[in-house]
Amino acid sequence: MAVMQRLPWGLLALAAAGLLPFVGSRFYLYLGTDIAIMALFAVSLNLLLGYTGLVSFGQAAYFGIGAYACALLMMQASVPFILSLLAGGLLAGAAALLFGYFCIRLTQIYFAMLTLAFAQIVWAAAFKWNSLTGGDTGLTGVPFPAFLDSPARFYYFTLGVVGISLAFLRRVVGSPFGRMLMTIRENPERAEFIGVHVRWYELAAFVLAGFFSGVAGGLFGIFNHSVFPDFSYWTKSAEVLIMTILGGMYTFFGPAVGAGILLFLNMLVTSYTEYWPLVLGVILAALLFLFPGGVLGFLEAHLLRRGHREPRGT
Amino acid sequence: MVLEVREVRKVFDGFLAVDGVNVTVAGGDICAIIGPNGAGKTTLFNCITGHLVPDGGVIRFKGHDITGWPAHEICRQGVARSFQRINIFPRLTVFENVQAAVLSHRRRGRDLFTPVERLYREETLALLEQVGLAGEAEAVGGTLSYGYQKQLELGIALASRPDLLLLDEPTAGMSGQETRMTIALIERIARERRLTLLFTEHDMDVVFSIAQRITVMHQGRIIAEGSPDEVRIDSEVRRVYLGKAK
Amino acid sequence: MLLPDLSFLVIQFLSGLTTAMFLFLIASGLSLIFGVLRVLNFAHGSLYMLGAYLAYGLVAWFATAPGKFWVAVLGASIGVALIGGIVERTLLRRLYGREAVYQLLFTYALVLIISDVAKLLWGTGQLSVSRPPILGGSVSLFDQVFPRYNIFVIILGPAIALLFWFVLHRTRAGRIIRAAALDREMLGVLGVHVDRLYTAVFMIGAWLAGLGGALVTPVVTIVPGMDVEVIVNAFIVVVIGGLGSFWGALLGALALGQVMSFGILILPRFSLVFVYVLMAVVLVMRPWGLLGKPLRG
Repeated sequence: MAVMQRLPWGLLALAAAGLLPFVGSRFYLYLGTDIAIMALFAVSLNLLLGYTGLVSFGQAAYFGIGAYACALLMMQASVPFILSLLAGGLLAGAAALLFGYFCIRLTQIYFAMLTLAFAQIVWAAAFKWNSLTGGDTGLTGVPFPAFLDSPARFYYFTLGVVGISLAFLRRVVGSPFGRMLMTIRENPERAEFIGVHVRWYELAAFVLAGFFSGVAGGLFGIFNHSVFPDFSYWTKSAEVLIMTILGGMYTFFGPAVGAGILLFLNMLVTSYTEYWPLVLGVILAALLFLFPGGVLGFLEAHLLRRGHREPRGT
Repeated sequence: MVLEVREVRKVFDGFLAVDGVNVTVAGGDICAIIGPNGAGKTTLFNCITGHLVPDGGVIRFKGHDITGWPAHEICRQGVARSFQRINIFPRLTVFENVQAAVLSHRRRGRDLFTPVERLYREETLALLEQVGLAGEAEAVGGTLSYGYQKQLELGIALASRPDLLLLDEPTAGMSGQETRMTIALIERIARERRLTLLFTEHDMDVVFSIAQRITVMHQGRIIAEGSPDEVRIDSEVRRVYLGKAK
Repeated sequence: MLLPDLSFLVIQFLSGLTTAMFLFLIASGLSLIFGVLRVLNFAHGSLYMLGAYLAYGLVAWFATAPGKFWVAVLGASIGVALIGGIVERTLLRRLYGREAVYQLLFTYALVLIISDVAKLLWGTGQLSVSRPPILGGSVSLFDQVFPRYNIFVIILGPAIALLFWFVLHRTRAGRIIRAAALDREMLGVLGVHVDRLYTAVFMIGAWLAGLGGALVTPVVTIVPGMDVEVIVNAFIVVVIGGLGSFWGALLGALALGQVMSFGILILPRFSLVFVYVLMAVVLVMRPWGLLGKPLRG
């Protein structure tokens, strides 16, 4: 058991993912790229949901902003891809700073509603601002950077960006800063009274999550060769929330695992039936009732036996 | 004076919860605030610690006007508190609960990269030792027994090395045995750390055994103040307490 | 500059009012459920859609019966209320007291399930229901025609609001619901069967959504996707008016109805953005909405 705990799961998963181009078809490369991008998106959301206890129902706003910014910089200003991707993340982070400034003043359901409202503003703006975003037809024909012009290369590039981002985020949640976020999740009133400036930390987490959601969006736009307003629609925010809960919001890699499971199932189910939403709805409902800790949360609790959580004391 | 409360008022929906209260606490004192339910004790605490903004009056801590400051700033000045209801970080371990308070006090919270596990280990373990939780360091806070959770709360409060410690009903919900142990613990820690202590308490035996000064509140006002002996014979206090009993 | 003539404005106003009445039916139920159960029901739009499909189904069933439309409206709304009651009793109930995100996602799971079940049962085509004969045709107002059915809706909306005002303010059940919406800790004190109250409130909310869906069938075509579209509008309405406030739902619906009716004329490009900005501004300035109160408990 102790061995299982000490294994560097993240690195092992990355190494395994690195073998995919040698064993899988082109189709699986696309699926793998998709999963890697959504894994980053879900883990960034979980910085808010699982670590800080903030239910963002509008994370797609930053995904969409990152996607549009990255694609537009490449298409209209011929900015190199890497710089565009970074700029997309930074712009999404800046938007998160602006929106988050207002959101963190609210709690619980009001917080969720305001994040939703901001995301819908982004969606509506993308939908109606034809001259910039192409309106509901979206941005199509986003150029693929020349040096990544094969599915395997793009896959490795994505894996690299996602790997670095996840390593960074893992470091952050294991730092004193991450611990402060957890105190806010557990009990904001008490956190205030060990001297934690709750709003400052919430905003910092919001901006970090926005940045990485933006990077994920930028990657996705290029991968998809196009960007649509629906990248920011509320159902997209719901989808990434589902991934997070599915994998387990109280584990670091849970959301990434959730992204993998959801997209893999989606691929599997849609080849049999068009009623994927029905299947997803049933899975989601079953999950909420039967495995509320998510798949990885369940595995951790039952296979790794991490921490006995029975009552103690007098 | 460590704490000076001058003419503090707090109104809820037209109801005067705290009505022009004056309290002063000198360094090293152990002071109690007593009074029937709804007398305004907890509201007064919340005003002092920044959970509520008073509608009038001034609160000074070590000479600084802290009226209306946010709670986290007041905590940083050296005021710590425990709460009437259990108020811990339930899904963190006992160690993590106290360590978080130490980290915050040491202003390490904005450090995004140092692995947190080994930071301030000794200091945290020493605190756990002090509040009698050394053996429970790895237990999850929310799974502890009631008495242990109360001790954990005290540990969290002490972690910020306060000059003034406010305890809201430290023995609420405890058995006689637990109450005696808790009070002995608080007394010992206050003496060792030369803490100034302000507490509310419903158990009069406790109050009269450890408090040096007692303030009596009733319907948002202070009706008596003085040494335990003075308060014991105060006619107004007898009327409020005995009148209720009739 | 050419001013639009008065009769056109009147018709536009009335059409906004019609939209508002449907929004009110959905939003009032959503708001009621949130006020008492503290659950934000994403599936409320789905219940509305279900009301529409059920009404369509019942109208087809009673093909030749006289008054089939009214029977269908009644049957569909009650059917939706029953479905709501079953879901609350058997499933939603188990999630009270859990993290808010679990409740949100459960209602979202319902959105996914109901949307596909509706597709399975009624297909993906556009369906429509004809107006009941008694309300067929139009009336002319200032040289413009306005459907008689819409006038009926405009009158029905306030009638239902009045009915609810009566129930909320003049009956014991109503007093309990209002008390619950203000302060849930009071319920224990009042000795209320919280279980039954929650089921009843969820059913009333579902009934209102079903009623809205059934009544809207002669006005719009029934299509998959009407659930997702309407729920966001309902959120805007309850946020503006105040989550948990019945009158807030009415005010919010009236406001959004007119914005949708006139906004498209004045600023076709920005009306969509505008409603979300309005929602955000209200949340920032007054999170409990224009007519709501800050929540306790």
